Amino acid sequence: MNPKRKQRLILILLGVAGVSIAVLLVLFALRQNVNYFFTPSEIAAGNAPQSQVIRAGGMVREGSVKRSDGSLEVRFQVTDFASDVDVMFEGILPDLFQEGEGVVVIGKLDENKLFTADTVLAKHDETYMPPEVTHALEQAGHPDTMNK
Amino acid sequence: MFPEFGQFSLILAWVFAFLLAVIPLTGVGMNKEALQRTAPALAWAMFFFTAVAFAILVRAFLNDDFSVVIVSQNSNSALPWYYKFSATWGNHEGSMLLWILMLTGWTVAVTVFARSLTVELKSAVLGVLGIVSFGFTMFVLFTSNPFARLLPIPPTDGSDLNPLLQDIGLILHPPTLYMGYVGFSVAFAFAIAALITGRFDASWVRWSRPWTNVAWAFLTVGIALGSWWAYYELGWGGWWFWDPVENASFMPWLIGTALIHSQAVTEKRNLFKSWSVLLAIFAFSFSLLGTFLVRSGVLTSVHAFASDPKRGLFILVILAITILGSLILYALNAGKIKTAGKFEFVSRESFMLMNNILLVVIAFAVLFGTLLPLIADAFGMRKLSVGAPFFNLVFNMLMVVLISLLGLGQLLRWKKQQLKSWTGFFIVAIAGAIVIALLLPWALSGQLHWQVWLGMSLVFWTAASLIRLLAEKTKNADSFVTGLKKAGVGFWGMWIAHLGLVVATTGVVLVSNFDLERDFRMAAGESVEMSNYRFELTSVDQVSGPNYSSDKGTINVFRNGKPIAELHPEKRFYQVQRNVMTEAGIDGNLARDLYASLAEPLDDSRQVWSVRLQVKPFVRWMWFGALLMALGGVLSITDKRYRRTARTGASL
Repeated sequence: MNPKRKQRLILILLGVAGVSIAVLLVLFALRQNVNYFFTPSEIAAGNAPQSQVIRAGGMVREGSVKRSDGSLEVRFQVTDFASDVDVMFEGILPDLFQEGEGVVVIGKLDENKLFTADTVLAKHDETYMPPEVTHALEQAGHPDTMNK
Repeated sequence: MFPEFGQFSLILAWVFAFLLAVIPLTGVGMNKEALQRTAPALAWAMFFFTAVAFAILVRAFLNDDFSVVIVSQNSNSALPWYYKFSATWGNHEGSMLLWILMLTGWTVAVTVFARSLTVELKSAVLGVLGIVSFGFTMFVLFTSNPFARLLPIPPTDGSDLNPLLQDIGLILHPPTLYMGYVGFSVAFAFAIAALITGRFDASWVRWSRPWTNVAWAFLTVGIALGSWWAYYELGWGGWWFWDPVENASFMPWLIGTALIHSQAVTEKRNLFKSWSVLLAIFAFSFSLLGTFLVRSGVLTSVHAFASDPKRGLFILVILAITILGSLILYALNAGKIKTAGKFEFVSRESFMLMNNILLVVIAFAVLFGTLLPLIADAFGMRKLSVGAPFFNLVFNMLMVVLISLLGLGQLLRWKKQQLKSWTGFFIVAIAGAIVIALLLPWALSGQLHWQVWLGMSLVFWTAASLIRLLAEKTKNADSFVTGLKKAGVGFWGMWIAHLGLVVATTGVVLVSNFDLERDFRMAAGESVEMSNYRFELTSVDQVSGPNYSSDKGTINVFRNGKPIAELHPEKRFYQVQRNVMTEAGIDGNLARDLYASLAEPLDDSRQVWSVRLQVKPFVRWMWFGALLMALGGVLSITDKRYRRTARTGASL
């Protein structure tokens, strides 16, 4: 094989090898790490899978936040004003977590539809609403988001 | 009246950008040198009026001119002056104006420092930068006017800057990051200018390289600053989240890193020319994509100030024009690029190629993970998100390959390398690295993690290779020291940047696997034990700052009974925005950070708190590593050959 061709062959083989390994890796990594989003109504209707990491979002229902004495466990309800989801979380809530404000929780659902969250995301400032929460409220036909 | 002057000035800048986009390039097309020579003056005018507009906006912030919408929304009279100043870019409109200021600044820098360029190439480069400025100034003028007013009755006070942004990190992080982002526009302009003029001689890449390095160095520091800011200001000790906007800055960095290496091959060996051109286009396209992702608010992120579909669409159009236009130009002209020279499989060229493939593949994998939620949304699928574990897995696996190859690749000669004489070194270095990486962390921590073993093996192997590199460089010199002196700044730049990678990798590996984090319920006077450290919450006091009130904890840390640190975590309440902020108390040195945050008061007298305590070994190494990389990038452009072209150019 002449050197020029050999060189080109090296280039092509390296490129193809690199890209195909990467594609396999990406597909493999993707299988376990994509989290789907469900609204409280979908969860109430039983459309969300159990024991698989999912995201849920909505508003923290007023008066639903209950802390336990002695531990850092906290329970609250996430609502889209059509249905509620009970959420359990152990740890420290973000600063902007408040009753009546938007929240996204990441975790697993058990057979009693109790959502055990390992991450709680609150909005970042006064005016910002996570798009997923807006989506959940729109789905449930909440008037606050309709006139925006 | 001042804000109107500002807007008027920005319109003038836009007009000059238009002229800069049209006249010099017409001159290139018609081969009229008189038209080409207008470029520097137009670039200066464009920069001047942009700077005036920016200065007027800064003035509005410093003088509390609440008749300006963004001042009233993002500032407050109680804010210290330096936060008023940085609030200028702590909002969408102001930060876009800063973006343009940087762009026009880079444009005049080309007129100043690139004296030696031929008139034709220089005017083409400036013309391309003019096109970009034109597009973005239009974007600001039509969708994001920073000078919009609240008249006739302005509010008496502003609604304050988001407390998260009231920090030294915000003063530094955006300008540095933007310098990097926008800096790639110069490398891009050089690539497009080369495609337009059809001149790809050896000097083209020599002119382009310093600009790439400087932009890349800024971007490196900007990303590190962002990570550092998130670490101490968000209050919970995280330093990288694979947040879409972090990815948006990381993708151009990956491509830029590939570009630096590819340009080195192009300059030294006259190879990979069209690839360098393509990468320059990609690097800037990724910068624009980042701007789109951040500014359009299409993604959930800390950085999404506000979403406005009109803005997103506008940037998307600029992005599409840039990518399509430059790729078409590339497709039409890349065939004219001649490359010569050959190399064997074991040579520096082919390892540089592997470096490039890996970096580009990582960048596109990150891109895929970042955009997948958008794609799913566009096709009406269920809303999904791609978690950090996806990015960690893909990134770490590919980085393992990249760093293992680096240890070998940096030792190789151009063209062809016989490995036979190095067999002994390879066996000793690799076996040594694997053994030390197993024993050392185990001896120090008593724990075994295969991730640490793997990561530290790579670190020790690359470090051994860096030392070997010094030995090779000084082999034929009279003494070791004269050899080191003679090695040249180009070599030292590379060496230091690679050392930076080793240092940063050490930090990432150790902090990811050995960090400790626990939440405690603590009352004043109580203490808790965590891994040889005893943390005692001495007191929680109420204090007040200029625009906030705060619960300030005092935590004394003891090791083996001796006091070693005093931490002051705070829970601040900002009165104007009615926001609560966690300020971490940190005590850091090279070996570890002690990190405490007050989470929530658990009683009414605010003396019992849930407290998060963390020990983060070697966390600072990541940021020091990044600084070393940036230093290497800047150092290598001080080489004589870049100055020589400038001097001979000046004397012509």
